[in-house]
Amino acid sequence: MCGIVGLFLKDPSLEPKLGEMLTSMLITMTDRGPDSAGIAIYSGETKGRTKMTIQSDDPEGSFGGLDAALEKVVGGTVKMRVKSTHAILEIPAGTTAKTRAALAEMASGIRVMSRGDSLEIYKEVGLPKDVAAQFDLSKMSGSHGIGHTRMATESAVTTMGAHPFNTGDDQCLVHNGSLSNHNSLRRKLRREGIHIETENDTEVGAAYLTWQMQNGMSLGQALESSLDDLDGFFTFVVGTKDGFGVVRDPIACKPAVMAETDQYVAFGSEYRALVDLPGIENARVWEPEPATVYFWSHNDTPTTHEKAA
Amino acid sequence: MQIIDLESIGLREMNKTLHAQAETTNQTAWEIVNPKGAHAIACGLDAPIEVTVKGSTGYYCAGMNQQATVNIHGSAGPGTAENMMSGKVVIEGDASQYAGATGHGGLLVIKGNASSRCGISMKGINIVVQGNIGHMSAFMAQSGNLVVCGDAGDALGDSCYEARLFVRGEVKSLGADCEKKEMRPEHIEILKDLLEQAGIDAAPEEFTRYGSARNLYNFDVDNAAAY
Repeated sequence: MCGIVGLFLKDPSLEPKLGEMLTSMLITMTDRGPDSAGIAIYSGETKGRTKMTIQSDDPEGSFGGLDAALEKVVGGTVKMRVKSTHAILEIPAGTTAKTRAALAEMASGIRVMSRGDSLEIYKEVGLPKDVAAQFDLSKMSGSHGIGHTRMATESAVTTMGAHPFNTGDDQCLVHNGSLSNHNSLRRKLRREGIHIETENDTEVGAAYLTWQMQNGMSLGQALESSLDDLDGFFTFVVGTKDGFGVVRDPIACKPAVMAETDQYVAFGSEYRALVDLPGIENARVWEPEPATVYFWSHNDTPTTHEKAA
Repeated sequence: MQIIDLESIGLREMNKTLHAQAETTNQTAWEIVNPKGAHAIACGLDAPIEVTVKGSTGYYCAGMNQQATVNIHGSAGPGTAENMMSGKVVIEGDASQYAGATGHGGLLVIKGNASSRCGISMKGINIVVQGNIGHMSAFMAQSGNLVVCGDAGDALGDSCYEARLFVRGEVKSLGADCEKKEMRPEHIEILKDLLEQAGIDAAPEEFTRYGSARNLYNFDVDNAAAY
């Protein structure tokens, strides 16, 4: 099954409550996916700096002195915020590749969860309520975020197999469904130089969008072309630095419900996930159409495109 | 009027209370408050009672219904009134996928729009939708009537059998072995009666009937590509 949630705030006064609202939505979706959970949150940026979320099963051993060690490699200030098994590194802009290479060389068991100016990803194996508590997600603020509760079908129950997946700067994706052509597509994307870490089908979906956007497509166009190139069942919710998008495959058997008010746009696999949102009683609630791309951005006006099936 | 607060007594207790009502019960009017999208509300009822759910429901609300009338004052999740045998279910808002699936009897009224696969494999149920319906509706429908006052999505009536499908608006596409049919006086009568029962004001003459072309009833290798 899997459960997906997403919240895109239009009203900045709700930003301090983003973590709290998303956490409650995530926990409600526990019975759709109790084996791991994750959340991606867009929570502010510092000019000239990039964030990298990293994870280690041995945080004390891996993170101790890591900032100082990385400073020598990247040649600038590195700040580190440790949160349980995760740490947010704040590194000079343009040094993500260097940092990633240095982390791999240190052989410290560190995995990269996300990179971007404002994106942070927290994900672990376990019940959503435990994962949320582990990272104190309810205290986080931000402008938008997406979350996922996983019931594994296509790859192992591991931290790396949990969603959301990040495959390009400030891009992330959560998925309910299963892709049937992910193996061939993974080979193709790797040949094209796209970095894919796991055997998980969802990561291929995320990497596909990154690849298309690297080739000059907008997120909306990349989502539309995913309808042609991805085979299988999928409801995707994606995040970008300033936007939030939803697409379902043409068969659309995976559930999805959306709600919009003047204050926010929300997504849930089930209506239950939305019931505690403010003003939900008067929200416009609808089920996204199959093979239709929905996208909201803090910069543009909302767009909806229907793709011929 | 008996009021059940789902939040305070829980799903199991609520359904147990409703199931305990005998055919001769005097407590015929029930109201469920705080449904908050919960699953399996008012499932498996078998008494002539009237249950009103004040809010939106999750999966399978009023599934397997017999005799009872269930009113949903909100939107309904996937599989609402699935496998209904008799009675009536009225959704004041929209319905998600599979509404009225495999229903053997009774009447399902959807005042808003229905999503994909409305009436899939229907086996005698009558479904009246005031708005539009999504793709693959009435797939493998075997008997009963599906009335749509708005438009229908792709592949309407794919592989259907004897069910009658009436659509007032546009049909995006017809599924395999589904075709447009003549509206005879008896169909106008059926439609008039169903619209009346559903409390919807629409002229039966404005509808088009669709149904099975009966080419795929029995396996024929020449039709292999169409299955």
